[in-house]
Amino acid sequence: MDYSSWINALIGGLMIGAAGALFLLGNGRIMGASGIIGGLIDGSGRSNLVERFMFVGGLIGAPALLGLYKTLPSTNATTNLTLVVVAGLLVGIGTRLGSGCTSGHGVCGMSRLSLRSILSTLVYIGAGVVTIVIARQIGVLS
Amino acid sequence: MRNIISLLTGSLFGLGLVISGMTDTLKVQGFLDLFGGWDPSLVFVMGGAIIPMFIAWRVAEKRGASIIGTALPSAPNTKLDRPLIIGAILFGMGWALAGFCPGPAMASLSFGGTSGIVFMIAMLAGMYGFAMFNKMRT
Repeated sequence: MDYSSWINALIGGLMIGAAGALFLLGNGRIMGASGIIGGLIDGSGRSNLVERFMFVGGLIGAPALLGLYKTLPSTNATTNLTLVVVAGLLVGIGTRLGSGCTSGHGVCGMSRLSLRSILSTLVYIGAGVVTIVIARQIGVLS
Repeated sequence: MRNIISLLTGSLFGLGLVISGMTDTLKVQGFLDLFGGWDPSLVFVMGGAIIPMFIAWRVAEKRGASIIGTALPSAPNTKLDRPLIIGAILFGMGWALAGFCPGPAMASLSFGGTSGIVFMIAMLAGMYGFAMFNKMRT
């Protein structure tokens, strides 16, 4: 078993939670990645555009800066671009229809004991588990 | 102040996502592969993230306002409706197929190559298309 990846997971997780705590206590906002970027895309976030852009800028920019000094771990993403497009569309539509993703529902909502967020998290993890089984069965994923 | 906090939040979130392994699509798919070679490390990411956040909610309740003086988020919606569930199903399917969710997709944009950029464009198109569809319906 690779315990170092568990320790990194815990440290990274604590950083993610600290970021969410900073956003909540500092700005009174919920750190939901799909909600923040979604509001920029569909115009619903017009009242706090700069706040959203700064968040996205940090989210993309900080790892980019780190990447100048250190080789970052590969995303190991599939090169099957049809699959990538289908997945991207599903994530885009699903997170907007379901009002959140892993950060908004999974981290911020669950820690608030929001029923909607707990249900959402159970459903998207469940749907993910079933999708992996089916995708491996029909050969979409190896 | 508000925008500096937002920049710091995004930066800390992005670095946390990279360090935690959430930007490794194989790790995410390994976590969802419950009936294969299950990789439990994402449980540590979620657990680690929920601890500071859980405390933050308690502190926020006590304070009653944010540090910059803005209102806190309103009480959570309690309606367990169909859009919530269908949305979560679609999101879970997409998350499993590529191994990306919105946060990590953005965090890895600078080093994720073509697949990462294509995923990002498709995700934004999905968000935009959904908003347009909603607008047409109402």
